[in-house]
Amino acid sequence: MSSITTRDASRGFSFAEYMTCLTGIVWREGLRFLHQRERFVSALVRPLVWLFIFAAGFRQVLGISIIPPYETYILYEVYIAPGLMAMIQLFNGMQSSLSMVYDREMGNMRTLLVSPLPRGFLLFCKLLAGTAVSLLQVYAFLLIAWFWDITPPSSGYLTVLPALILSGLMLGSLGMLISSGIKQLENFAGVMNFVIFPMFFASSALYPLWRVQEGSPYLYYLCEANPFTHAVELIRFALYGQINWISLAVVASCTIVFMIGAIWAYDPSRGLARRGPAGGEG
Amino acid sequence: MTSPAPSPEPQEAPRLDAAAVPALSIDGVSHAYGPRRALIDVSFNVQPASFTALLGLNGAGKSTLFSLITRLFGIQSGRVGIFGHDIGKSPGEALRLLGVVFQPRTLDLDLSLTQNLLYHAALHGISRREAAARSAELLGRIGLSDRAGSKVRDLSGGQMRRLEIARALLHRPRLLLLDEPTVGLDVKARADIISQVRQLVTEQGIGVLWATHLFDEILPSDDLVVLHQGKVLARGPMSRVVTDAGAQDVNTAFMRLTGAQTMPGGGGA
Repeated sequence: MSSITTRDASRGFSFAEYMTCLTGIVWREGLRFLHQRERFVSALVRPLVWLFIFAAGFRQVLGISIIPPYETYILYEVYIAPGLMAMIQLFNGMQSSLSMVYDREMGNMRTLLVSPLPRGFLLFCKLLAGTAVSLLQVYAFLLIAWFWDITPPSSGYLTVLPALILSGLMLGSLGMLISSGIKQLENFAGVMNFVIFPMFFASSALYPLWRVQEGSPYLYYLCEANPFTHAVELIRFALYGQINWISLAVVASCTIVFMIGAIWAYDPSRGLARRGPAGGEG
Repeated sequence: MTSPAPSPEPQEAPRLDAAAVPALSIDGVSHAYGPRRALIDVSFNVQPASFTALLGLNGAGKSTLFSLITRLFGIQSGRVGIFGHDIGKSPGEALRLLGVVFQPRTLDLDLSLTQNLLYHAALHGISRREAAARSAELLGRIGLSDRAGSKVRDLSGGQMRRLEIARALLHRPRLLLLDEPTVGLDVKARADIISQVRQLVTEQGIGVLWATHLFDEILPSDDLVVLHQGKVLARGPMSRVVTDAGAQDVNTAFMRLTGAQTMPGGGGA
């Protein structure tokens, strides 16, 4: 009897309470997103600029041979579309972690962290919410791209969804991991330069890796080791109803590692605790 | 300082009806940021249905203590219990009984009053229907029903604070922490908030820990904890703390205890 009536025999939380919490966090993130229309517009304009201008200009320069998953010669626009989808998620992942740094400075993060539910679960909800927002952006992009003759098979819009969720979680948890190490908002701009641009350019988003290999074998290895490359490839294959197993394995493992790292870094006895009082002591 | 003896009650299942269990117990808590010691062997209790003022100058360690009680920071040494639930060992149960108003504003300015309350309720696993009912009731109680759909950004400082207190009460906590809640407010808003919180103590039996550096917010019947440079210098009913210090009022008592040269004004903003 005594072992049951100790303090560990706490009531705990029911499944319904977990779900209420999850939907609440996703709902709030969605509301915030709707309130920030400029964010939505810029999230769309960025890849569209690449698509309409950069891709049009480079169409003649970069010939694409037939490489899987494509079965015919394709236009350069078609090639970079999955890379741009991943770019949307990369920016979104970094932006939602930027909002965590902002929330922490503004004190909103405290509202989340004093919830009685387990902290790991709260952060996971936050990641899912960020990923859901990135899905809205990606599908809006795909809709516009469709008018630009980027027309993957219609089933591709569905088969790409799990890939997008996984890559969204990976990039979001990477952002969260990075945000845990940032003291102040201003430092984030530097991290953007050191994370977003290198990840995007040293990947298969803009050019097939066999072309990179011709130019520089070292860069090729770097691109191969870049998790973002695998996010792009996972999305590219899924958009055509195929699975790139290596990319799936890399993205899945990176998601787990980054997520564990982020939850570890936000553990009260570590990460945040070392940094001293947030928002001034009194 | 002797290290506090382990209290006997943690061996038993914590129950709210056990009158002996304090709403908040701080036992020998120390905390350091690297080499800088922010809290040194801090111990005191807050009883249910009592108003305890935590008095200290800026930098005394009040906010650090709040961060430890709310599990924003991990406990380095000592123990924090909320109705007997150890914040380190069973944070879920402890946090469920705790409502908190932090010193910096933690509302979402772009969301409406109701949306802010519903978000908080969701974080506590309170169903949407129940949350909507409680939100409407609380907004009525703080006189902001007609503003329910407005953005928080459009509220005054005093209204925001009242909303934050309402939010902290949404999950019906038994212990309420407030970290300098009246800073930056005008005289009227300060008085409103103080009376609102005192009402919670007398009418609902909530234990309140009120951190402040303003002497005129404390009544002789309140419990008082004087925190200075991370150490508790005095604790007990305010009248006793004042007498023990051989002073006439809390202002002089505080000055004698801390040897402070300049006194913080009672004016608030």
